[in-house]
Amino acid sequence: MGWLALTLIVVIVVVVLILVGMYNGLVNLRNRVDNAWHQIDVQLRRRYDLIPNLVETVKGYAAHERTTFERVTEARARCVSAGSVREQGQAENVLTGALRQLFAVAESYPELKANQNFLMLQEELAGTEGKVAYARQFYNDSVMTLNATIQRFPNNLVARQFGFRPREYFEIEEAEARGPVRVSFAPTETPGQPRT
Amino acid sequence: MVYEQIAANRRTSFLVCLIFAAVVIVLGWVLGELWGVPWVGLAIAVGVSLGSVYTAYYNSDQIVLRMSQARPLLKSEHPHLFNSVEGLAIAAGMPTPRCYVIGDSAPNAFATGRDPAHGVICVTTGLLDKMNRLELEGVVAHEMSHIKNLDTRLQVLVAVLVGTTVLLSDWIRRTVFYGRGGRRGRIRGGQAAAVLLLIGLLLALLAPLIAQLLRLAISRSREYLADASGALLTRYPEGLASALEKLAADTEPLEAANRATAHLYIVNPLKGETRWETLFDTHPPITERVRRLRTM
Repeated sequence: MGWLALTLIVVIVVVVLILVGMYNGLVNLRNRVDNAWHQIDVQLRRRYDLIPNLVETVKGYAAHERTTFERVTEARARCVSAGSVREQGQAENVLTGALRQLFAVAESYPELKANQNFLMLQEELAGTEGKVAYARQFYNDSVMTLNATIQRFPNNLVARQFGFRPREYFEIEEAEARGPVRVSFAPTETPGQPRT
Repeated sequence: MVYEQIAANRRTSFLVCLIFAAVVIVLGWVLGELWGVPWVGLAIAVGVSLGSVYTAYYNSDQIVLRMSQARPLLKSEHPHLFNSVEGLAIAAGMPTPRCYVIGDSAPNAFATGRDPAHGVICVTTGLLDKMNRLELEGVVAHEMSHIKNLDTRLQVLVAVLVGTTVLLSDWIRRTVFYGRGGRRGRIRGGQAAAVLLLIGLLLALLAPLIAQLLRLAISRSREYLADASGALLTRYPEGLASALEKLAADTEPLEAANRATAHLYIVNPLKGETRWETLFDTHPPITERVRRLRTM
């Protein structure tokens, strides 16, 4: 009995270890996807937090552009209260448009454009736009890795057994939302990044 | 692609450590034989190399930053750089590296740190002044890739390999040529040992050169990889390509850089750019790097 039993035990132990490794790998990938998804939210939240400050600053110099302010504030409120991802995406589009208009308005106020606080907010907003785009990119990268792993043999057997499912990619519906707000310092450059 | 590169770098790091261990043991043995007390030589060699690996692993980033006269950059000084670094760290899914700056008008940048959690990106004021936003982002992405791909760790290990090999070989040469006269005749074990010792001596003479060439070859190949994975991060190769062209066009040498740190930078800070890749270059030719980026 000796050798045969021993070989059997070794084989079983090795197989179990491999299965544990595969399962843990899948768990890590799934957590990475979840984390990446929350990272998008974190950056969007930061963007929403910056907007009231920006509006206040612009108000100080261009008080009578009320409709523009209202549009931005309203679009922001709709983003914050959006229920679904799709809804939020649409609200984001409106907000992006409203912000673009706000910066266009700011162009005609030289003192505003020289204001340190305004410049800082502008940079922060552009930076946050970039981070939103990068967070989405990382989310999609993570989803790609997870999906590819789930679909590959022999991981697919483990994945099916434990209910790991492929995730959906983040896709932006309207062409307009593909670009971050163009808040340019120099007219020739586009801030932010090409996105996924 | 990036994950395979990280795995490849882990393997290379492991291999470098193995080669390093072998070289150190051989050199230590030769040294011991020459001194007439083999175990002492070996013990000293192993002790020195373990000590230098330990020191290098935990302190190299600080040493490099001090050698380059870099200081921490404040967010208020250049918000855009911080935003780029933070954004690209998100895109790469790694902790945000710290930002340092060198007060020099020659545009350049490097990365260091033993792992992503201790990453540092260092830029010159010249880089901040001369690059536009997309170019700066391209450069930051290149440096970020060095950290993420664990190139910075590999560089530390390789630098230690070179340094220790040079040190030990130096001791051997000095022992052979200048000193401890009477003991040289005390090699035991007859002909076989004598032949081994001869090979060891030859190795001692060649090791520093080989180690140096190995280091340069690793450094060159890592630049292409960092360019490629940097472009993958920004999804915009043109930013880095145009930055590299600007860097190539700039002829001012970076004063804070020297031969020990030159290979860390995104482009050779000592200038004297060659048209062809040679064994002794720290960096591949910029024209070739730009060409590869543009054909992505």
